[in-house]
Amino acid sequence: MLPIDPSVIQQRIDSMTGDPLYLHLEQTTGAYAAHFDSSKHPAASFISNIIIVYSHGGISGGGPYRVGLKMAQGWVYCEGLTHYEETESDRLILAGHDNTGKLVVALQLSPKPFGRER
Amino acid sequence: MAERILVLLPHPDDEAYGMSGTLALYVREGAQVTYGCLTLGEMGRNMGVPPFASRVTLPAIRKLELEEACRAIGIQDLRLPGFHDKTIEFEEPELLESVIAGLLDEVRPTLVFTFYPGYSVHPDHDATGAAVVRVIGRIPAEDRPKLLCVAFSKDHVVALGAPDVQYDVRETLPQKVASISAHRSQFPSPAKMSKADLVERFGTERFYTYKFHD
Ligand SMILES: [Zn+2]
Repeated sequence: MLPIDPSVIQQRIDSMTGDPLYLHLEQTTGAYAAHFDSSKHPAASFISNIIIVYSHGGISGGGPYRVGLKMAQGWVYCEGLTHYEETESDRLILAGHDNTGKLVVALQLSPKPFGRER
Repeated sequence: MAERILVLLPHPDDEAYGMSGTLALYVREGAQVTYGCLTLGEMGRNMGVPPFASRVTLPAIRKLELEEACRAIGIQDLRLPGFHDKTIEFEEPELLESVIAGLLDEVRPTLVFTFYPGYSVHPDHDATGAAVVRVIGRIPAEDRPKLLCVAFSKDHVVALGAPDVQYDVRETLPQKVASISAHRSQFPSPAKMSKADLVERFGTERFYTYKFHD
């Protein structure tokens, strides 16, 4: 993973516009959030391999970054993104890591389902 | 001459703390106010204490709260173009600008209120202010309405200097308190605060006159 370069990510978002894509979107505070700090409320959610098509998308912010993807009937939104996988050419793999390196959010788009590669 | 005022903000409640007292002053002087509230704040995290709203009911609840706030201030005309909360910065700029330009054409305001782009904390605030500045910037300088912007980021005074426009809104504090209290899913009502605390906290509203560079 490399720190996000927004112009690179914007180009990738533009190039995937209009294509049916598998989405993985995830956010987590970590299951131990309340164990370490009782004022924290542990929460997590993900949705994996749902097919979306977006007509317009963007990345913004000064880092961590936000991404919004406009669909015919709604939006995909993700805030807190810091890194992208530079070795991927067909897929867009974005993640947000906290200052200890732990994953907080993930936004992934691919023409093929995630976890079914082999 | 009474002002024709256009208020352009992204969320129900954005009007309450920063400009409700000023708007109520203008209404008292005969101003006609149109408020374009771009979203229904449907992604807000406050659901009432204890929670009485859900993700499903929040937009309808916030719309009613906003209508009540407008009545409290005296705003005569509320427009809800229905953009989605948190997405203003990602909207197609042409669509956003066409809605704003449409309201400007229709209202022909003498005075416009919005957020100062870059100094208003929430991305929707900054994106709304930036779109308003773009659209008004295209109007020939001699025809432009005056544009007053609210800024509240930590660095705004360092970056912009002190606000150049200030309204003493002690006389319209009842309207202001009622507008804040209308947003009951979002804030505790300040109605029980002492008069002195209300004046101290809410008695002055400050704006920057946006300066176009041309
Ligand atoms: Zn707001």
